[in-house]
Amino acid sequence: MSTVETAITLAPKQYKSDVKPVWCPGCGHFAVLNAMTKAFSALGLPPEQVAVVSGIGCSSRVPAYTSVYGFHGLHGRALAVGTGLKVARPDLTVVVAGGDGDGFSIGGNHFLHACRRNLDMTYVVMDNEVYGMTKGQASPTTAADWSASKLTPGGPGMRPFQPASIAVAAGATFVARCFSGQPNEIARVLVEAVRHPGFSFVQALSPCPTFCPEQKEWKHVVRPFDAEPTDDPAEASRRLQADDGMSTGIVLAARRPSWAPSSGGASASATTIEAIEAEIEA
Amino acid sequence: MRSTLSIALTGSGGAGVVTAGRVLLDAATRAGWYGLLRRSSGPQIRGGESAALLRLGAHPVDCLDDHFDVLVALDWGNIERFADEIPLVATSLVLSDPSAGAVPAAIAAKGAQHVALPLRELATAAERAPENMVAAGALCAALGVDAEHVEACIEALLGRKGGDALTAAVRGARAGAAGVPAACADLALPAMATRPAHRWALSGNEAAGLGALRGGVRFVAAYPITPASELLEWLAPRLTGLGGALVQAEDELASINMCLGASYGGVPSLTATSGPGLALMTEGLGLAVAGEIPVVVVDVMRGGPSTGIPTKSEQTDLDIALNGLHGDAPHLVLAPVSVADCAFTTQWAVHLAETLQAPAIVLSDQALGQTRVVTERPADVAFLTRRRVASPDQAEYRRYAAGGDGIAAMAVPGTPGTTYTAEGLEHDERGTPSSSSGHHARQLARRTDKLDRHDYGPWATLVEGDGDTAIVTWGSTCGAVREAAARERARGRAVRVVAPRLLAPARHGEVDGASALERALDGVERVLVVEQSHSRQFHRYLRAWHDLPRQVRCLARPGPLPIAPEEVRAALGDWSQR
Repeated sequence: MSTVETAITLAPKQYKSDVKPVWCPGCGHFAVLNAMTKAFSALGLPPEQVAVVSGIGCSSRVPAYTSVYGFHGLHGRALAVGTGLKVARPDLTVVVAGGDGDGFSIGGNHFLHACRRNLDMTYVVMDNEVYGMTKGQASPTTAADWSASKLTPGGPGMRPFQPASIAVAAGATFVARCFSGQPNEIARVLVEAVRHPGFSFVQALSPCPTFCPEQKEWKHVVRPFDAEPTDDPAEASRRLQADDGMSTGIVLAARRPSWAPSSGGASASATTIEAIEAEIEA
Repeated sequence: MRSTLSIALTGSGGAGVVTAGRVLLDAATRAGWYGLLRRSSGPQIRGGESAALLRLGAHPVDCLDDHFDVLVALDWGNIERFADEIPLVATSLVLSDPSAGAVPAAIAAKGAQHVALPLRELATAAERAPENMVAAGALCAALGVDAEHVEACIEALLGRKGGDALTAAVRGARAGAAGVPAACADLALPAMATRPAHRWALSGNEAAGLGALRGGVRFVAAYPITPASELLEWLAPRLTGLGGALVQAEDELASINMCLGASYGGVPSLTATSGPGLALMTEGLGLAVAGEIPVVVVDVMRGGPSTGIPTKSEQTDLDIALNGLHGDAPHLVLAPVSVADCAFTTQWAVHLAETLQAPAIVLSDQALGQTRVVTERPADVAFLTRRRVASPDQAEYRRYAAGGDGIAAMAVPGTPGTTYTAEGLEHDERGTPSSSSGHHARQLARRTDKLDRHDYGPWATLVEGDGDTAIVTWGSTCGAVREAAARERARGRAVRVVAPRLLAPARHGEVDGASALERALDGVERVLVVEQSHSRQFHRYLRAWHDLPRQVRCLARPGPLPIAPEEVRAALGDWSQR
């Protein structure tokens, strides 16, 4: 799996399209989009060698706001699309982006198996702990007692999903958390994530001022992890278990082979259709 | 002398019924005959009863006969579960080992002749040879197959198991050949003068896999499901050999979306599944319609709804294949007309999906997929058109803008100057999301027209024979219908067989307001519709989309019992006397 490394020089804004985002004023996703284009620029990626793949939700609108190749698919299925694209076209840089509902609820199964497969791609989740596009329902990362949604008047009543811990447990080899209030840090982490040879997962805490105004307080709560990145998944798990979910930085950067098409099997030696047809002759 | 011979082998799991059936089919093939082998099995993973249903002949056969000439029971375990799948007549022979007990009532009631075949005794005398090989050896000898063919087949099938198993199997076959009961004297098939050249032996699942490869498929993502898994297992090593890839996905939602990702990346992609998986894939197929992304789904149908009857055949995914997508979602639905035709129809489906940038569903079924046939080598049609790819460096590339044929140029990622976003939201010509009524109407019309206006060539509808009585059918029931029609013609009665290979778009090929199917029925006054569906899905499809003659009858019944040629003739009834 080798992505094309033809360094070119384009400004971050040249990775943006002329389509105006549908996002609300103050939405954290603007900063993630900016960080993404900044990272593409820093990496010197030719726009045609990058594909941004997404599902459905506010943050999943991001492909159309870039000038690279994009795929805006179905709710929850972005990682599956990205997986197929990366296996078929290992030369491309594949970045999958989306929200917490898209990635951890309807698409949760794909998240687990994408971590297991460890393909060389990057998954950025803009986590605002809410379904914004459908007007403010609880998501998998919402606090158990968050009672602002009419759908779950007493709060969702469940322990929030722990994306970074689960990514480590499921086999992701690069796990990081960052905050939209620190766009340069997101860009730095994204550069590392894209360079990482394996599945890199970036949880970007990205406040929703419309449905979760209380998230304005996040900027006072977030702080860097108090340790350097580890290459040991067990150590990364311990740190994440002990964390309150608001520490930022790269937690894990480990090495493990990516999934590759199997090369075994009795007939793998047939390299032409004619050779395969000869086996069928009665 | 009969021109075909039908043999049923039954037994409990582990008895080696299917292996004995394979030896019989392969040995008969080496002797120059044609044939088919259909499997029927219960739901157990291992240890369940199974049946190998064979029909051998001097010419290619495409369906089981009305009854079996011979039933060989390796034992009587759970035979009642198969009794109705093994019709017998007074002249049929039932071969069983008396030491396995008396012929059970469910079989005895059929009135066939009972013949003792002391499998256990013969096997024991041959130094504990396997009883299934004793049975296979006896049947091959009764048919007149040379021992050298039998032993060559056993070696080809069991050689991997190693020396002891192989020599025991050969001992068994020889013991069986030496112990053929006298009552089997007139089972011999007419000897073939020469062994025909360029014949293939393959199952419908393998044929569909080959069609996919011939069509250019180099990416497959799929989730295991009966009865489609063998198609995927056949493809996995061969795709690797050809430089492609097969991904075992976490579920069918992933399968179809992985295929869309790979296809978006420029690689022709396919998945295979059965009814439950197709149900999960329908949202993804809608995305393929809206985003105009080529993809092929081979649905090897089984009894439904829900988990239904996973191991047995039914033609009841027609409704969901045609109408299961939400929104106005024009797409392609195709059905092979025989086991061997799974190769052509799948290849054609890949070609159409790529050319028209639309999803195609191929409706195979268990009866096609898991039946092994010996057949003439299927033709490899060299289709000329391919996916229309955008040229690089366009000042203002518009992914969803097209010329007269409605087909837009699709950029392949990696191409400079044509970046765009594939879009499942309604969009304008550039692909930018839009909820405007004008964009919606224009994109809907183009996505519909590009399919309706395409020239599908001579393959869209199978038409055989002429006359003012027609049998209209589709998919796996074509075999029995074509044989019924041939029997009618042999009696001097004209019968037309019409079977659409392309079911959707239904109104394709319109000339002066007449669909291709209506034109195939030109001059027909009476139509018999034949299908394997309780709710008459095909009949309703025909009524919804096509003008039929006034006189219509329907032979429709659920799976898994196959429809037999004489049933079709009986359904024609007094019409065939005209």
